[in-house]
Amino acid sequence: MTSSLSNVAAIAGIGATEFSKNSGRSEMRLAVEAITAALDDAGIDREEVDGLSTFTMDNNPEIEVFRNIGGRELKFFSRIHYGGGGACAPVMQAAMAIATGVANVVVCYRAMNERSQYRFGTGHTPPPVPTAESSHYGYYVPFGLVSPASWVAMGAQRYMYESGATSEDFGRVSVASRKHAANNPAAWFYEQPITLDDHQQSKWIVEPLHLLDCCQESDGAVAIVVTSTDYARKLRQPPAIIRAAAQGAADDQQMMTSYYRKEIARLPEMELVARQLFDQAGLRPDDIRTATLYDHFTPYVLTQLESFGFTPRNQAKDFVREGNLEIGGRLPVNTNGGQLGEAYIHGMNGISEAVRQVRGTSVNQVPGDGPVLVTAGTGVPTSGLILDGA
Amino acid sequence: MTDLLEKAREWVGKAATAPTTARDPVNVPMIRRWCEAMGDTNPIYVDDAAARAAGHPGIVAPPAMLEVWTMAPYRPGGRTAEDSMAVLNLFDDAGYTGVVATNTGQSYDRYLVPGDVVTASVTVDSVSEEKRTGLGIGHFVTLVFEFTDAEDKRVGRMTFRVLKFKPNLSQPEADKGKSDDASGGYSHPRPAITHDNAFFWEGINNRKLLFQSTDGRLRHPPSPMDPVSGSLEFDIVESCGRGTIHSFVVMHQPRLPDFDYPLPVVLVELEEGVRIIANLIDADAEDVSIGQAVEVDFIEVEPDYLLPAFRLN
Repeated sequence: MTSSLSNVAAIAGIGATEFSKNSGRSEMRLAVEAITAALDDAGIDREEVDGLSTFTMDNNPEIEVFRNIGGRELKFFSRIHYGGGGACAPVMQAAMAIATGVANVVVCYRAMNERSQYRFGTGHTPPPVPTAESSHYGYYVPFGLVSPASWVAMGAQRYMYESGATSEDFGRVSVASRKHAANNPAAWFYEQPITLDDHQQSKWIVEPLHLLDCCQESDGAVAIVVTSTDYARKLRQPPAIIRAAAQGAADDQQMMTSYYRKEIARLPEMELVARQLFDQAGLRPDDIRTATLYDHFTPYVLTQLESFGFTPRNQAKDFVREGNLEIGGRLPVNTNGGQLGEAYIHGMNGISEAVRQVRGTSVNQVPGDGPVLVTAGTGVPTSGLILDGA
Repeated sequence: MTDLLEKAREWVGKAATAPTTARDPVNVPMIRRWCEAMGDTNPIYVDDAAARAAGHPGIVAPPAMLEVWTMAPYRPGGRTAEDSMAVLNLFDDAGYTGVVATNTGQSYDRYLVPGDVVTASVTVDSVSEEKRTGLGIGHFVTLVFEFTDAEDKRVGRMTFRVLKFKPNLSQPEADKGKSDDASGGYSHPRPAITHDNAFFWEGINNRKLLFQSTDGRLRHPPSPMDPVSGSLEFDIVESCGRGTIHSFVVMHQPRLPDFDYPLPVVLVELEEGVRIIANLIDADAEDVSIGQAVEVDFIEVEPDYLLPAFRLN
């Protein structure tokens, strides 16, 4: 079965700034630099942009971005909530806007000085204002659970208990990412691979997570240009066609703390995304050539492998132990180095890597021309894409 | 343990200063001024008849004035009583020159009445490990004040906690704002109280674990609607407080000022079937495992602010 969203829109351009720990310039400047680079990559004039989409967490208002790039008529602007769970959803928004004729050229962007100006990992103690979103934190923050790592570690611990996965299995994800990053000049950890022993020796952040189970904190920006597949075919780059795009939130969904559903070691929201993506694209797990699986914390690469049916339930550890995440394996994952190795741009840099895999320009190119999967944050309402060549 | 901490902890359980006896007995003029300044209009503090009508032998002093009677004299630019405590001077000498009072709590044995002569005796109660705070790294020092009358009978007690810290002058502005957020400005992070969850947090402050129940289904966190029936009606039931550890983490980073790390945090499945997050207390992090039986207790983290915590059963 295919949907009316499938194959209608394509990613025509990708752009990014350098990835660093201190960009030395404003997030707004990072945003417009990345957007300009993405439009240049596509060969689209800035004046053609009539849609923008980003994350609610992004600090760069669409109108200010639009003013900077000399936009004239902005017909579509939308934002996605829930942090990194958003990642693929702005692209889905763009595809829907294009499929319905609302807009012709939509740029998705995410720009942040998340390392130099504020850090998600240093603890979040929001002011206790009487809203549903603020009251959520009251069940965790007073007990010292103040960071994304602390919230997701609870599910990871239960996953280890149920599946028999070990800290070393999580470490293998990190080792594979750093191996890929070592080949990627754009990666922060270019030429800096690690060993499993490095992972095991790295300090505890929140047991069962070591430092090297946690993604980086980064400064940088990524932009993605989405337009109709027909238009994209006439442009500078081979189009990365959006075969499927989906969002998902599931039963008793919480923001990183879905501790109250029957099973806390699974990702039903990602299973929902997987089902929709495969249905829309008319594909099965075996058809996927390579994937960018959101890797804010390593355990969730294992659980995503299970959500998408790449391995049976509780058996991702075996898949990982066999080296299947690395180049030459059954499903090379995060060939840019992921957020562990390249940079943490809230998953948007992973979409760029999927586009490169479709174009055949990745520094760790996976042979073949099969479709590429991209996912967004786990433990939160999430999203995903399947991209493919012409 | 550092030399400094070792030296400071030698003071624990010992008198921090010589006892201080009030320069003036409890008296109505000071009471009147204090009540005016504080906006306290309770007549039993200033009107003999009103005090008798309330069952007192005559005018009584506001309990919260407990410490007032023995306070050090006001000397602009001069040293305060805390400054001259040897245990605190240890920190000054080691570069922890900053001081900030973080929290205090009082309890009262009886009303003070005019003529009472109060004596304060201060003991060092505890000295924390080094903590990273928004102001800089430092140690919390908790002092216990015992107040006695002329017959040497206790009339009240006060805990008083200060942070002795190294002023963090080199920290960039941007980071400073963030770490203030993280450490909550030395008050323990508080939950947001909404119309939906007020019953839960009030229950905690009354040492009860309360949950909403619709048709016998319990739910947590609190929410206005039962997801099965769509009903906005619910009963509130009290949990027995016993359960098992469904999962847990051990926090190492980031650190809040008033926790001890490594910090175990448990997800407990209560006997009633509902789950809740809280700290595990009186247990070493390495002794925690999934499936262990636990029982709830309630910890006063600040006056009038309780949190649930679990102990291994």
